[in-house]
Amino acid sequence: MLSDSGSSASPGTIPVTLTVNGQERRLRVAPWTTLLDLLREELDLTGTKKGCDHGQCGACTVIVDGKRINSCLALAVQKDGARVTTIEGLSSGSLHPVQAAFLEHDAFQCGYCTPGQIMSAVALIEEGRARSRDEIREHMSGNICRCGAYANIVDAVEDVLKGKSSSRSSSVREAAE
Amino acid sequence: MNRFEYTRAGTVQEAVQALAADPAARFIAGGTNLVDLMKYNVERPGRLVDITRLPLDEIVAHDGGLRLGALVPNATVAYDPLVNERYPLLASALLAGASPQLRNAATTGGNLLQRTRCYYFYDEATPCNKREPGSGCPAMTGVNRIHAILGASDTCIATHPSDMCVALAALEAVVQVEGPEGRRSIPFAEFHRLPGDAPQADTTLRHGEIVLSVDLPDEDFSQHYTYLKLRDRLSYAFALVSVAAALEMDGDTIRTARLALGGVAHKPWRNAEAESRLQGKKATPETFREAADVILAEARPYAHNAFKVELARRAIVRGLSQAAAGTPQSQTDKRIA
Repeated sequence: MLSDSGSSASPGTIPVTLTVNGQERRLRVAPWTTLLDLLREELDLTGTKKGCDHGQCGACTVIVDGKRINSCLALAVQKDGARVTTIEGLSSGSLHPVQAAFLEHDAFQCGYCTPGQIMSAVALIEEGRARSRDEIREHMSGNICRCGAYANIVDAVEDVLKGKSSSRSSSVREAAE
Repeated sequence: MNRFEYTRAGTVQEAVQALAADPAARFIAGGTNLVDLMKYNVERPGRLVDITRLPLDEIVAHDGGLRLGALVPNATVAYDPLVNERYPLLASALLAGASPQLRNAATTGGNLLQRTRCYYFYDEATPCNKREPGSGCPAMTGVNRIHAILGASDTCIATHPSDMCVALAALEAVVQVEGPEGRRSIPFAEFHRLPGDAPQADTTLRHGEIVLSVDLPDEDFSQHYTYLKLRDRLSYAFALVSVAAALEMDGDTIRTARLALGGVAHKPWRNAEAESRLQGKKATPETFREAADVILAEARPYAHNAFKVELARRAIVRGLSQAAAGTPQSQTDKRIA
């Protein structure tokens, strides 16, 4: 059936249901709202960053229906019914192994690109296609770090890929306590 | 971004009718290029017709080859086992392009329809014959390092940015479309156009026509192929020059040759004479240089892109060498084999 923005009760806005970090959210959005702006401005999930806003830097990377995408180039209205995971949804009490590995390896300086880097790395590990350092670099190429923390980012991702993360993760937690 | 109406199409017919009824309407699928262009005010559609719910998201066997649904994401095509077995050139070209995030969102049909990355096209403060027909082309006398060396006109020297399309040109894919006047098949070479005096039209699609699928013919270039992409950085950059080479070999003799270039023209560039001259010849650097000479005899560089002529010459020779040897360029280890 053809559904149309003109037929909605509130002119110009469209009902959208998203499951964000496991929680169902029923919203009305203007069709020109990007998923990034919806997350940050409507849902107060400001962990996802707006860097270039043009799909070039990867700071806005989130996982939608199991796939990493640039949320700045996704219209929220097109994602009706989708499951969205943001950086806020990764940890449940303890750090996600990728978060722990980033701390362990000091895989950032200013930290602005970090949520996107971590979301991308989580997806990279789930995809299971990158093994070597060259492959990690290639599969992380959609995430730019202007501080140039790439060497440590690759170290962090490699550690998690090689299964070294769980012990690091607990040691980071202990250090924080 | 401009304000627009939003329509979600449930069937192909609904999608086509929604566009046919509204000259200011555009289809949207992955949105990776259209949303970006809307943020720059380069595209200002009055209505977006969302086609992402249409049943065009499968890869199926078809007529001895493969049919790629228009909505299959680039990443899905790139990692599909059948594509990798039968058309590894296409998989390689896809992995040479964009980033994992963009490949997850961008679709097969959308990749065909992405627009040039010419800086003047993207900058609404400057004239551009592609964006505003008749306003002029500052690239001709401006910064034109990334621009065309083949097939340009005196109205536009933009290049087509896709890697996927360069492989599809070499593979002689067929684009299936449906529009207000029914269905038609468009051979890949006729899908994109040269700028001529109408650079605003990138393709031969008419308003309201939707891409249904891209069909790959029943041919075997799975042993002797390469996608060699040369660019300013090793990942996540558009091609300065790229070469899709696909050969059928009899020992060291070339039986069939397909060669398409990216980054050099308004569409993936092929040269029938160069390809026919390769056929029946021994696969030697001299043979490959002759083919490159034929292709580049027509090259017309501008102030900043003359380097592309020599780069293309060497890329053609290297790409054909890789294809003939059965040692395709890796898209992970970027050292050129």
